[in-house]
Amino acid sequence: MIAYIIRRLLYAIPILIGVNLITFVLFFVVNSPDDVARMHLGMKHVTPEAIEKWKAEHGYDQPLLYNRDAQGVERLTDTIFFDKSARLFAFDFGSSDAGRNIGDDISKRMWPSLAIAIPTLLLGLLVHISFAMLLAFFRGTYLDLSGVVLTVVLMSISGLFYIIAGQYLFSKVLHLVPISGYQPGLEAWRFVLLPVLIGVFSGLGSSGRWYRTIFLEEIGRDYVRTARAKGLPELKLLFTHVLKNAMVPILTGVVVVLPLLFMGSLIMESFFGIPGLGSYTIEAIQKQDFAIVRAMVFLGSVLYIIGLLLTDLSYTLVDPRIRLS
Amino acid sequence: MHAPQTRFDRLDGVLRGLGWLLVSIAVTACGDQPWNSPYPPDQAGQNILYSSFSSRPKHLDPAQSYSSNEVVFTGQIYEPPLQYHFLKRPYQLEPLTVTQMPEPYYLDEQGERLPDDTPDTAISYSVYDIEIRPGIRYQPHPAFAKDADGAFAYHDIDISERDDYRALADFPLTGTRELVAADYVYEIKRLAHPHLHSPIFGLMADYIVGLKEYAVTLQKAADEQAMSDDAPATLNLNEFPLQGAKVLDRYRYRITVKGKYPQFRYWLAMPFFAPVPWEADVFYNRPGMKERNITLDWYPIGTGPYMLTVNDPNRQMVLERNPNFRGEVYPDTGEPGDAAAGYLQDAGREVPFIDKVIYSLEKEAIPTWNKFLQGYYDASGVSSDSFDQAIQVSGGGDISLTPELEARGIHLNTAVSASIFYMGFNMLDPVVGGDSERARLLRHAIAIAMDYEEYISIFANGRGIPAQSPLPPGIFGFREGKDGVNPWVYDWTPQGPKRKSIDEAKRLLAQAGYPDGRDVKTGKPLVLYLDATGGGPDDSARQNWIRKQFDKLDIQLQIRNTDYNRFQDKMIKATAQIFQWGWNADYPDPENFLFLLYGKNVKYKKNGENAANYSNPEYDRLFDQMKNMPDGPARQAIIDRMVDILRRDAPWVFGFHPKQFVLYHDWYFNAKPNLMANNTLKYKRIDPALREQKRREWNKPVVWPLGLIGLLLLLMIIPAIVGYKRHENRRMLAEANR
Repeated sequence: MIAYIIRRLLYAIPILIGVNLITFVLFFVVNSPDDVARMHLGMKHVTPEAIEKWKAEHGYDQPLLYNRDAQGVERLTDTIFFDKSARLFAFDFGSSDAGRNIGDDISKRMWPSLAIAIPTLLLGLLVHISFAMLLAFFRGTYLDLSGVVLTVVLMSISGLFYIIAGQYLFSKVLHLVPISGYQPGLEAWRFVLLPVLIGVFSGLGSSGRWYRTIFLEEIGRDYVRTARAKGLPELKLLFTHVLKNAMVPILTGVVVVLPLLFMGSLIMESFFGIPGLGSYTIEAIQKQDFAIVRAMVFLGSVLYIIGLLLTDLSYTLVDPRIRLS
Repeated sequence: MHAPQTRFDRLDGVLRGLGWLLVSIAVTACGDQPWNSPYPPDQAGQNILYSSFSSRPKHLDPAQSYSSNEVVFTGQIYEPPLQYHFLKRPYQLEPLTVTQMPEPYYLDEQGERLPDDTPDTAISYSVYDIEIRPGIRYQPHPAFAKDADGAFAYHDIDISERDDYRALADFPLTGTRELVAADYVYEIKRLAHPHLHSPIFGLMADYIVGLKEYAVTLQKAADEQAMSDDAPATLNLNEFPLQGAKVLDRYRYRITVKGKYPQFRYWLAMPFFAPVPWEADVFYNRPGMKERNITLDWYPIGTGPYMLTVNDPNRQMVLERNPNFRGEVYPDTGEPGDAAAGYLQDAGREVPFIDKVIYSLEKEAIPTWNKFLQGYYDASGVSSDSFDQAIQVSGGGDISLTPELEARGIHLNTAVSASIFYMGFNMLDPVVGGDSERARLLRHAIAIAMDYEEYISIFANGRGIPAQSPLPPGIFGFREGKDGVNPWVYDWTPQGPKRKSIDEAKRLLAQAGYPDGRDVKTGKPLVLYLDATGGGPDDSARQNWIRKQFDKLDIQLQIRNTDYNRFQDKMIKATAQIFQWGWNADYPDPENFLFLLYGKNVKYKKNGENAANYSNPEYDRLFDQMKNMPDGPARQAIIDRMVDILRRDAPWVFGFHPKQFVLYHDWYFNAKPNLMANNTLKYKRIDPALREQKRREWNKPVVWPLGLIGLLLLLMIIPAIVGYKRHENRRMLAEANR
């Protein structure tokens, strides 16, 4: 297994270089280094000299990808791409274009993101699996049909609607929770309660329907019929045998997102004023801060790769027949 | 005898316990506060002002900070020599930290003093001798902290390997010292610092004697320092003298500017010219500080009424009363009507009134608006989303609050901004540009067709007034009534200005050689191009509206959408034909608007602010004459002539001056808008007891729907349980029968 992990980690290097390259090209197709400088220097009284100076100081005065004037390997290394990307592989995110230390910002902002993401995931799993189990138990009845219709309706509604409706109902009309904001420490629960509930509810449609399909597939298998024929109560059958065997596809969806929980939710954080990494990324895109965009995309890629690796490893835990080689 | 506990009974017990736990946490956490309060219970009833910000300020270093969302903070912390009078209109400068208003004297090329009435052309230098008041002290700050031996406690510190210093508050020792003239000179030198990229360096280098050369000297020193291993961590600006800014003695300093530049006094009211102590640079440049984001750009040091005690722009920024603030009193004079409006109630009282100001990050308009309505923000702007809920416009165009808001005791203040949004023609363009009669008539026709009254009504909810010239109300040179109307676009009627008819515009178009929108020479339809930014739904609606205005003249308008960066590039290269742009005044002087059309200030090749690349020798000559004149009839006459030239040449379609709407609650006082001053927080006052009472009244938790939701869930669960039991019974019976 160790060899497998090492091999997978080595595969990650070209993937990360590729992701970095694509991010770089996409960013600089839209913005030239001059644009980035102009954006940071402001709109008024900006002289061409000031732009040149800013570029030189922030390392944007070199060619983008290929330096014709350099010799040998420096043709590739004396470029903005190499200069900005190489350090990322040592997880040195450097400073934002506005001069802030990105690593420090990430370490502070990941906690509010996790404060929403972890409870949403755990509570979501509990609620969605239970709901799907219920539908699977009453398969073919009106309850199942109503549940399926409900999931389709829930899936059809934009996530933004749940946020606005939730804020309107629970904060504005019922005055039960703050409409937005965040306080660190134990006080945080009042601010994350509504986003978590909305996150769970808005995911009920897609997850509920998906888990129901998985459970129905398992329920139709021979071992379930055998267990039922042996007189096993239905609840026990569902929660011990069916759930356990349905874990592989569920894990595929869950474990892969675990590391990405750090990255936060873009819309949720923005609407609820949660100072997490999701809003950090959005803000950087709006302000054309390439250093932050690059760092966050890189971090996202690394975490996604780790997520995929963890998924593979978790298969071996839930299904002993699977061997990694 | 008790029945044995079933699994359901145990679950019920757990749920009950959980419910009580949640309720007790809620009660403990909120105290007797409204449940939806976003603030900790211990802040209830305190003299704290609550406000919001939508994007984090990029710079708080006075040499760099320029944006309006930055001066909200820097304006309260830093004290430049001058400030705008809070109440008087037109805007008037007055001393802030100086003993009196600095009056310049003039020198010739040899440095000999000239009489005050010397013609502008003979003046080589203007000299400002500025004297600050003694006894002003900085806020408590670690940069001034000294140990028992009297040495600076943190000037040799290295925090790169220490985990106990993560923010400025982690430095236990603080100190202060008296403000001296050298601190003002130090900041002027910082404008040329090679690493700071001050946005006004380019502009000031043209005025402050020696500043341009000073930047070269500093750059050279920085380069040498970078090459030397044992170099100190920072440039010591005190080692490099600047010709145009000198310390005369402890409380006096001298600024020398090239030629005559009366507008310089306005710059002296901006944070760019606020004092920065040398200790700040030494402290913030110690190893490890920048890596922890402990910089002057993040933690300002000032002498103002407030100091920044929490800077977490991802969540909250907090200003607290500076305990070392010297004291200042609320003005006892204003403009007529101020006393009746209650703006002089606090006359003579010491400011600031508010102990603490908490700014919370709000990225979305809806939560911000709702929090204002709930009493959790003390004042608010009016966004398009909430406009209908807040404002009602009568048939006559009068604006007032909706009854719902009035019932809540909310008040509305409006003020026309010192800004203009306009549509510009690229005067270098062969079709719409140039000074030919044909192009001029075409521009006039378009100016008539662009119905900005309608635009303001549709897209700005009536928050603006159509512009008759580049000058907005409140700026010297602006004329009201018949004298202020653009006669090429409007007719004067007893009811006020009336836009000329489309028939008149069509007549002008035909006269220009485009009858019915076709070129008489070629017979081809006239196609014009508008370069615009954006492409979202709001932008599309605006652009469709503009297209319709051109359609009225049968002109085909092609809109070329692009991002702002590309747009800037097109403007610099003068490849745009028609464009829309805006300008916010730096200071309340007509020069700051009329220079937008000054020939030496063109965008093409010179990167100036004259985006239309307009050039008229007579206008330029009058501008040179007007810019240094004191306000008075002679200056007004020249401005009138200049405005006439602009109206005739029409390089712009004068769009509109936006109107600012501010809503505030009953407990918020001294809300008079002052659109030039950025340090007005010290004059604001609140009544925390009234606010607390209203918050409780407005935010009583409504719990019964939770019970209803619980009941509904129960009603859904019961059939499931019944169904399950039936299913199990059927199965048992089937098994028993087998």
